Amino acid sequence: MTVSVETRNLSISFGHGPNALKVLPDVSFSVAPGECFGLVGESGSGKSTVLRCISMLTDFWKGDVLINGRSVRDIPLIERCRILQMVFQDPYGSLHPRQSVRTVLSEPLRIHKLDDREDRMHKALSDVGLPLSFLDRFPHQLSGGQRQRVAIARALILEPSLLLLDEPTSALDVSVQAEVLNLLQRLRDEHGFTYIMVTHDLAVVDHMCDRFAVMLRGEITEILPREAISGAQATHPYSRELIGASLEYEGHV
Amino acid sequence: MNRPILDVKNLHIRYGGASTDAVRGVSFTLGRERLGIVGESGSGKSTVGRALLRLLPSARISADTMRFEDIDLLSLTEKQMLAVRGRRMSMILQDPKFSLNPIRKVGDQVAETYLRHFKCSRQEARDKAIAMLGAVKINDPDRVFEQYPHEISGGMGQRVMIAMMLLADPDVVIADEPTSALDVTVRLQVLNILDNLVRDRGIGLIMISHDLNLVRNFCDRVLIMYAGRVVETLAARDLDKAQHPYTRGLLAAQPRIGGARAPLAVLDRRPEWLEEVSR
Repeated sequence: MTVSVETRNLSISFGHGPNALKVLPDVSFSVAPGECFGLVGESGSGKSTVLRCISMLTDFWKGDVLINGRSVRDIPLIERCRILQMVFQDPYGSLHPRQSVRTVLSEPLRIHKLDDREDRMHKALSDVGLPLSFLDRFPHQLSGGQRQRVAIARALILEPSLLLLDEPTSALDVSVQAEVLNLLQRLRDEHGFTYIMVTHDLAVVDHMCDRFAVMLRGEITEILPREAISGAQATHPYSRELIGASLEYEGHV
Repeated sequence: MNRPILDVKNLHIRYGGASTDAVRGVSFTLGRERLGIVGESGSGKSTVGRALLRLLPSARISADTMRFEDIDLLSLTEKQMLAVRGRRMSMILQDPKFSLNPIRKVGDQVAETYLRHFKCSRQEARDKAIAMLGAVKINDPDRVFEQYPHEISGGMGQRVMIAMMLLADPDVVIADEPTSALDVTVRLQVLNILDNLVRDRGIGLIMISHDLNLVRNFCDRVLIMYAGRVVETLAARDLDKAQHPYTRGLLAAQPRIGGARAPLAVLDRRPEWLEEVSR
């Protein structure tokens, strides 16, 4: 199954009273089923907060988030976990150091009372290209790229349709980043996943995404097709600056 | 060319308790130029930088030569090293959030460099620090001087680090991933400031990075390290003509704007790369 995502007038403030800080004033965008949608912007622009709102990790937002036309607030937790999963930035911080890969992968299966646990774990591991013997390893016995594969396997084990990727490769070397990006691309081809991907690297956006939104201080300045990066089609000054800096950095200028 | 500022031959470094060397037989020289050291995490590039400043107390460092101008870095006592470290050779670290003292004013930390190394009054050090903050293009340096690290942005923090390191007018600056923690837009500004200062003052710069785009644009020469060895040395502008399969693999693994969306090339790590010596 593939799902669409729509956010309408999503807004959130942190803090109370006069000190309240409006992090997202009003964010709206929609993602088609099977699309890879990028969120870019500088640190502090609210990219990750959008993902945390969609996944309900942060739940005191206002507005609407619709998944296949159904409000994410109306989807019970157990069902929500089977629809959407999140992959975090730093695989050194997002895996429990005292839990083996088997523990990490079997916990969701136990919670969701799914059977065929061994088969499901084997499938998730082979999906991310890790040998089955890795089930008994602990995070410190894995390299950065292997850890991120485990984090992706954890997200896949409940067979979701929507993956929220929060800078999935920025903590990794280019060589390892290539492996993880190829993996994400292949999984999308095979399973028809919808991706929403936060990144600060426009080269990754260009490689992975169909469309992307440029965020500045919590607002979406512009939603652009992937071709806008190399074609200089951005109109908002900040998007132009961001794209210009990325091109210059890559040595295109 | 003049006599190189830094001359390192056959450097070996082993961390305390480790069974193998983290750096195995690295040799290079540095003149008044910008030298990039690239490699993946764990390749030993930062270890080389730290060893030059003798910042690895628990490691065993050996080399045929480790000469900085007329000084043999290996034979200095720690007391003599204090006169070199931060004064004639200094280091810019990766993340200003962790490398600035959170409970002291930014300006005092910059001025400390000057107070520590030169005989001067507090007022003089303060004036020097403010002038230097201006030189790294911080608007309103008087105000920033009085601020604490949490009150300034990452890009500004990294400029403060650069100011701090350049204030003593060193001959060599080792920049260890100076911009990895910054956004792309800010990254270029910081690099340009560093670049101009280094060129104007004729400083030798060692830029340690995992980012091939960065060394291509901001260095003259590049050493490529793999598993503690230098596998290839190139002029930065010839990076695309690299011969070694490891370097070529790294270049191919990088997604590029406007590139094909075919799966990225994945490094096929060969065991012989571990042993062969740089040509």
